[in-house]
Amino acid sequence: MPDSKLMEQRAMKNNRTNPFYLIPYYLWIVLFVIAPIALVVYFSFFDIAGNLTLDNYKNFFSSVYLRLTLSSFWYAFLITLISLLVAYPTAYWLTKTKHKQLWLLLIIIPSWINLLLKAYAFIGIFGLYGPANNLLASIGSERLQILFTDFSFIFVSVYIFIPFMVLPIFNSLDRINPALIDASRDLGASPWTTFTRVIFPLAINGVKAGIQVVFIPALSLFVITRLIAGNKVITLGTAIEQQFLVTQNWGMGSTIAVFLILFMIIIMMVTGEKGGTINGKIK
Amino acid sequence: MKDLLRASVAIIVISAILMYIVSQLEDTSSAGGGGTINVYNWGEYIDPELVSQFEEETGITVIYETFDSNEAMMTKIEQGGTTYDVAMPSEYAIEKMKESDLLHPIDLNQITNLENIDPYFLDLPFDPGNEFSIPYFWGTVGIAFNPSLLEGQTFESWDDLWDPTLEQEVILVDSAREVIGMGLNSLGYSLNSTDMNELREATDKLKTLGPNVKAVIGDEIVEMMRREEAAVALTWSGQAADMMWINENIDYAVPEEGSNLWFDNMIIPKTADNVEGAHEFINFMLDAEVAAQNADYVGYSTPNQAALELMDPEVTGDERFYPTEEMRERLEVYENLGLEMLGVYNELFLEFKMDMEK
Repeated sequence: MPDSKLMEQRAMKNNRTNPFYLIPYYLWIVLFVIAPIALVVYFSFFDIAGNLTLDNYKNFFSSVYLRLTLSSFWYAFLITLISLLVAYPTAYWLTKTKHKQLWLLLIIIPSWINLLLKAYAFIGIFGLYGPANNLLASIGSERLQILFTDFSFIFVSVYIFIPFMVLPIFNSLDRINPALIDASRDLGASPWTTFTRVIFPLAINGVKAGIQVVFIPALSLFVITRLIAGNKVITLGTAIEQQFLVTQNWGMGSTIAVFLILFMIIIMMVTGEKGGTINGKIK
Repeated sequence: MKDLLRASVAIIVISAILMYIVSQLEDTSSAGGGGTINVYNWGEYIDPELVSQFEEETGITVIYETFDSNEAMMTKIEQGGTTYDVAMPSEYAIEKMKESDLLHPIDLNQITNLENIDPYFLDLPFDPGNEFSIPYFWGTVGIAFNPSLLEGQTFESWDDLWDPTLEQEVILVDSAREVIGMGLNSLGYSLNSTDMNELREATDKLKTLGPNVKAVIGDEIVEMMRREEAAVALTWSGQAADMMWINENIDYAVPEEGSNLWFDNMIIPKTADNVEGAHEFINFMLDAEVAAQNADYVGYSTPNQAALELMDPEVTGDERFYPTEEMRERLEVYENLGLEMLGVYNELFLEFKMDMEK
């Protein structure tokens, strides 16, 4: 492949001649990634009166926060699983359609709308006298309490996250060389075998990327927990918000954030291959 | 490379020129009129017409901004990005701001309209001698309810909220002191309690309210009640007045065991730029006619005696919103419990939200 050789040469030349171009990048990383994380870790060692202490960590392992973590994980798991179950067939079907880009655009457009607006819209839709209940009433059912339930929370979260799950899966599926699928068929594999042995393994990186992009934010949702779940679902995000804005206990808020960061790193390690996380998005 | 350099220099030069022009403009505008003041208030908490009236009368330009919690307001004033000249915190926030030395003393000689204020609301424990604060509005915490959705339940006691017929009907305000305070009051304890046993008991009792709780939310309560999505809500008197304004079925009650009595007050932050203008603004808001118009618009209870005489007696005679002094005896004002105790309240509140029986 002469092309890649050429590019390598160019890259080497760039590396030699222009370290200057990297300065903004490093500056950005230091100022907006490393420094904030360092500050969060730093603050986590102080109590509310400003004394150096490990109490915040001890406190985190008290029953309230531990159960909070477990329930956050449980809901994030459900949201990710359902998003995946909806998004995978959608992405697969998208690769088969004629106007891929158009369909993709239609799926992505809702993600451009502000989260708060969408949440308020769902308050109306799921209300006791909203369209969802009107539909139920028209088929003779009783009006149900949909808003402020586990169901509404998971439904709205899944709705919000689906575009982020569809995109990487679509990209990986779309890049599979069709010749490989033909080859699999030619060699006598059933459609199911083709899917499980050829398509799924080849697109697994897209699935992993999708899981990361959904699971991690789902752990720390906090606007939806209040507006849609009426605070009957509490996540780590809610706890952090409260510690910072109401209690003004930055130490405890930071400690929860430190654990959230740790969980994220673990999830990245479990689902990521070295470096190749959201590879589909770039091409 | 050269292009890049040239472009960046151009951007920097243009920005510098713009900044210079802006600063010049600000200087001339403040020199021309009577200056500007930055007013920092709760949302929906002033009649905007009065702001224009003040600007016309004094020539001072008002820049108006809003906040939605005492804590957020204090954080912003402390960090000092904008220099606010007047703000309207609640009483416990004033105590805290006093401790952190964030307040500018008010020169009462310049507040000639202070005589309009009912003496009951002056010289209160959170600010003896009104050194730093002037009363703006006051109110209570209680239960808003919609009899047309209920089967004759009434709310003389907090325990009525535990009535099994109210399953999935009660909305609570998402605020630790109000909810834990309600639990404490229902057991006959003070809502400023710092006794861990009492707090524990109150939290455990609150958890059993779970089956009746529909949601724990913020300002969305008003909308939920207006649209009759819920029948009962623990809320502030002013929010209840907002609901009743739109939906006449709604009623408001303060249970007999007692509840919270709160005051919002006008203060001048230490960082204020235009202390003179701030005094003028405060004095203007205390004018009888202005205060009456404002109270009509906002719907909360005014501490302004002279204004009450100008208002509709049907409103001012309504004991749900203007409880008599005898009724106020049963009510308690929040004390500043200190950061640590506030942390305990919040942790218990979090525990309550997690462990509500479903």
